[in-house]
This record gives sequence, structure tokens and C-alpha cells, in this order.
Amino acid sequence: MDGLLHQVFSGLATGGIYASVALALVMIYQATHHINFAQGEMAMFSTYIALALINAGLPYWVAFAATLVFSFAMGAIIQRVLLQPLANAPVLALVGVFIGMMLIFNNTAGWIFSYTLKPFPSPFGEGGPMVGGMLSPHELGSTCVTLGVLLSVWAFFRFTRLGLAMRAAAYNPVSSQLVGIPVARMLALGWGLAAAIGAIAGMMVAPVVFLDPNMMAGVLLYAFAGALLGGITNPLGAVIGGFLVGVIENIGGAYIVGTGLKLSLALVIIVAVLVLKPSGLFGKTLASRV
Amino acid sequence: MKRRTFLAAAGGVAAAGAGLARPALATTVGVTATELKIGNTMPYSGNASSYGVIGHGDAAYWKMVNDMGGVGGRKINFISYDDAYSPPKAVEMVRKLVEEDKVALLFHPLGTPTNTAIQKYCNAKKCPQLFVSTGADKWGDYKHFPWTIGWQPSYQVEARIYAAYIKKNFPNGKVALIYQNDDFGKDYLIGLKDGLGADFSKFVIKVVTYESTDATVDSQVVTMKDSGADVLVTAAIPKFAAQVIRKVYDIGWKPAHFMTNVSSSVGATITPAGPEKAVGMITSQYLKDPTDPEWDKDPGMNEWRAFMKKYIPNGDLTDGGYVASYGACTTMHQVLKQCGTDFSRENIMKQVANLKNETVPVLLPGITVNTSPTNFHPIRQMQLARWAGKTYQRFGDVIQG
Repeated sequence: MDGLLHQVFSGLATGGIYASVALALVMIYQATHHINFAQGEMAMFSTYIALALINAGLPYWVAFAATLVFSFAMGAIIQRVLLQPLANAPVLALVGVFIGMMLIFNNTAGWIFSYTLKPFPSPFGEGGPMVGGMLSPHELGSTCVTLGVLLSVWAFFRFTRLGLAMRAAAYNPVSSQLVGIPVARMLALGWGLAAAIGAIAGMMVAPVVFLDPNMMAGVLLYAFAGALLGGITNPLGAVIGGFLVGVIENIGGAYIVGTGLKLSLALVIIVAVLVLKPSGLFGKTLASRV
Repeated sequence: MKRRTFLAAAGGVAAAGAGLARPALATTVGVTATELKIGNTMPYSGNASSYGVIGHGDAAYWKMVNDMGGVGGRKINFISYDDAYSPPKAVEMVRKLVEEDKVALLFHPLGTPTNTAIQKYCNAKKCPQLFVSTGADKWGDYKHFPWTIGWQPSYQVEARIYAAYIKKNFPNGKVALIYQNDDFGKDYLIGLKDGLGADFSKFVIKVVTYESTDATVDSQVVTMKDSGADVLVTAAIPKFAAQVIRKVYDIGWKPAHFMTNVSSSVGATITPAGPEKAVGMITSQYLKDPTDPEWDKDPGMNEWRAFMKKYIPNGDLTDGGYVASYGACTTMHQVLKQCGTDFSRENIMKQVANLKNETVPVLLPGITVNTSPTNFHPIRQMQLARWAGKTYQRFGDVIQG
């Protein structure tokens, strides 16, 4: 019983990692209706910037804020420089750009910061484990941060005019432009916000998995799975999906199919859910009128 | 039209030239009266590019040999290409080396997946694939691949050494093993099975795996602790090894912890995990650690440091990759010396399989290089070492695995 509880907590901690990255995916999807494959690598790059700032002597939260600003600018600039010219290009061209960016960020980070594994500080202290050794302060803290980001993203899209405008710009660019929404600016804003959320995820993930240029490669896949499971149009769904993937993976690995097949089990469950409910557990089915 | 005629004529002349030279080259590919060509591939870019220093070390070593007059009256022409740790790229580069550059042999190509990709080709072409820079056990398969040989102790050798130690010192031990679900990790499972023999199922009570794409291995560590194991064997790359060390410590588990040599690096594993969390962890070594003060006045390491100072003045003296490179190069150098003036591929392989108790300046005292026509595992000895908080302390004798 103790073991089961332990596995659930450890699954929630890993799921929290997936959930935080899944939020960035929801953000970019809501804002552009695309999935950015370079999202993870951009987050990793931002995390290196944060580490460089911390090593330069800045206090953690100052570096944290500066990294968010940097990431926002990076995302917005990428949209302006790389994607604006492709506004009317087919989706496959965009996929090409996203994959290219993924490789560029990965190699650039390796080149600048080296491939050696680096420890990343946690703002919640290095204190010992809590709740009978099942949860570390960082796991608790980062889960709170993820929930905080979730709340902000949800409120942003639900209650602000800007959020509404962004959703509209992604959903129907032509009509949005006609009613006076600056679509291009909305897209850049969406990219900036997604990059900033990704940076938060990176800074929360790095203390757990350690920082190296390939830190996000695996995480992004599971985050994507979590986002799809919960529904990529719904921030809350994506977060729940992320946590679910983490817990299913652990329980399956420890008690049902063994560690070799735990991922397959998680993915089979996800596929099953999507077959029954294509928009995810909490997603909305979007009907498009032509 | 004119241009084409010219090209055709030039081609004809070249073919004629090659035709004239062919008899002399027939038995000694890649060797002329003044030069011996050696090929190599390395991950200078990509995921594994931190190993690129090994290639720079190799190139510098052959430059030193040339400055001292070469081998057998010939200068070494060392050609090293980037394979980005990608098997298809490695095949492409090796074909170029063998068919266009016409190298006499391949020396020290790095990586298990890349060497696996080129192994069949090299053996079909009868091109020596020597002292490959990977610890997989399969490079010692002289029956099926007589043109391929490894250098460093294989992962199975290492696992057998741990098995012997566990049998002797933890006769009632309950062992848990975590390994990466690929060739690298499985070698440790095979080695433990080999070393523990019929007692394997008595000792080993829990075996778990992880994928290199996993985010964390926390769940596996919890599972292993819950199994009641008191001995832990970790066959993981540095990222996950560091996670194991930290999680074991955080959940208050205190097993006797055996860590693969691959992840014993202070910089890559122990510093990220936290040096205090790894205290007591046991690993095995075969090279002299350049950061260990014990070797400050060691003649072998002084020789290496003098080489570094002259040929790689900007090199990081704490990077073990340069030490491994120097060791493999001195072994290759010895083979070429033994060849005398006959650098045919057949004779090269004959000498490769004829190394007897060769001492290498950067190997731990007591460890020597030995090969024979039925032994393609040049280094089979290691010594255990325990992490003491700031450095490793070697203990016990050199063990043959």
C-alpha cells in the first residue's frame, strides 16, 4: 500500500512536468492552431539563459523574470521573422520550419553551453523529502507553479478581450481581420506567451531531470500525449492529461506490465480515449462553418 | 563538347596512371613508401559531440608520432570525419574512407550504434576496424567479425566484476538492477547473469528498465526500494544515473550501490546529483583519473601531460576523453611498430591479435593489454573504487572479469 501511494506521488511529480509543457502547447495551439515541435527546445534554451543569469550572480526570481521577458521576445521575433512570411504556406512547410528550429536550438545550445549535464537550482530549496519521503519541496512548489500558470492561461482566454481576440485570430483569421483584430500581432503575441510559458516549464523541469540540450526531447512527447488526452483546446484538460499520463505510466510500470512496456500501455490508453472521444477528455469539438 | 573530350582524356590518363601503380598497391592498401593512411569517424557534432575531444586527441597523437619520424619509415596520414553519432552518416563516411581515401585501416571510430552500422561493411571489405571506442561486448566476436576489435573493458566484463564482488562480500545480498533498455544496458544484465551463474535468481530479486527518452526514473527507484533489495546495480547514462543517486538518497534507501563506469564521471554525474548523495557508491576503473592527485607525479601521466601541453595546449586537462584517446593510440602505435615494414591488412590483424602484456602509460598499475587469435578483448581488468565525497578511492586488487 505504501508502495502504491509512493508510485502515485512519484507519478504526479512526473506528470506535473508533462502538464507544465502541455500548457505551453495549449497556448500555442489556441493562439495559432499549430503544434510547435520546437516548443521543448525553445524552453530548454530559455532555461540555459536562466542558468547563465543565475551564474552571473542575479537572484533566482530576478533571473526568472528576465528569462520570461527574453523568452517572450524570442517567441515573438521568431513568429515575425520566420513564420510571418509563411502565413499562407501549407501546413507541411510549417512542420518543416518547426523541425528545423528544433534542430537549430538543440545544436546551438550544445555549441554554446556544451553537452555536459548541469544541475539547475530550485527556488523551493534543497530541503529533504516531505510527506514520508514521497514528495520533495520542489515537486510541491513546481506543481503549485503549474497550477498558477494554468489559472492564468484559463482566465486569460476566458475573461480578457485580448484572449478572445487571440482565439478569434487563430480560429478565423480572415473574419478577425475584418472586424479589426490585428491578426499578425495576435499571432506574435501567442508565440511570445507560449515561449514564456515554455520557459517556466523548463525552469521547473530542469531541477528534476537536470539541464542538458536534450532535456526536453522526451518530455515534449509525453506532454503532447497528455495535452491530447485531456483536450488540446482546454488548459485544464491538458494539465489533467499530463498528470494522468504520469500516474498511468508509473502504476502500469510498477504493477501491470513492467517497466519495459509502461509507455506502450500509456499510449494505448491514450489512443483508446481518442478513438472514443477525438477531442480529448475535456476538449471541445470545434465545428467549422464553411 | 571540347570540355567533355578533355575530361574523357584526363580520365583515361588517370586510369592509366592508376593501372600502372596498381601492382604495388595490391597487397598494401593505403600504404606508400612514405605514408600510411588511417581513417576514423567521430561525433564532432550532434548529441554525442562531447566525445569529439577523443578525435582531437587521436589526431594530435599521430602528429606527435610524425614529428618523431613516423612508424616503419612512414608518416601517418590520419583522416577523421564527422559522423554526428548517426549510423547512416557513419556508413557514408566509412565508405568514403575505404573507397575514395583508400585508408589502410580504421582506428578508434566512436559509438556503439555507429560501429554496429559499419561492422559488416568493414568485414566484407576486409578492412581492419581497430580498437573501436565503445564498451559493448560484441567487438570481441572474432569468429564472426575477424576484422573488428574493441579496446576498453566491455560492459559485460565490468558487470562480471561486480557480480564477483557481490558474491564474495554480500553472500546474502538481495540485488536490484536498473538498466537502459538497449544494447548498452542489456550487456550488464548478461554480465550479471554470467558472473552469478546459477545463483542469479537467488541474488537478483528485481530488474527494471528505462528508456533513454524517459523524463525520470523515480518510479523505478521506488519499485526497487519496495522490493526489499539491499544491493543496487545501475547501468544508466549520466543523466539517469544522477537521478538514481538523488532519488535513492531522497527516499532514504541505503543499498550498496554499484555504478557503471560510463556514469562514474565526477563532472557529468556526481556533481549534478550532489557529491554528498553519492558517498559510498562503488564503480570500477581502468584508466588513471586525470583529476586524482595520486597521479600528480606519475611518470605515465606526466608523459600524457607533456603531450597535452605541446599538442593540445587548450585542451581541458580534467577531460578523461583525452586520457582514453592517448591509451588507445599507444596501443595502435605498438601494433604498427610490431608490423615492421609489412603493413598489409593481413599482417596488421596478425599483430593486433598478438599483444602480450603491453603496458600503457595511462592504464592503472597492474592492468595490461592482451590479445590473441582467440581473445579480442584487449583490456579485461578493472579495479573497484569507492566515492568518498571528494574523490574516488580505489580498493582491492585489479580484478579480471
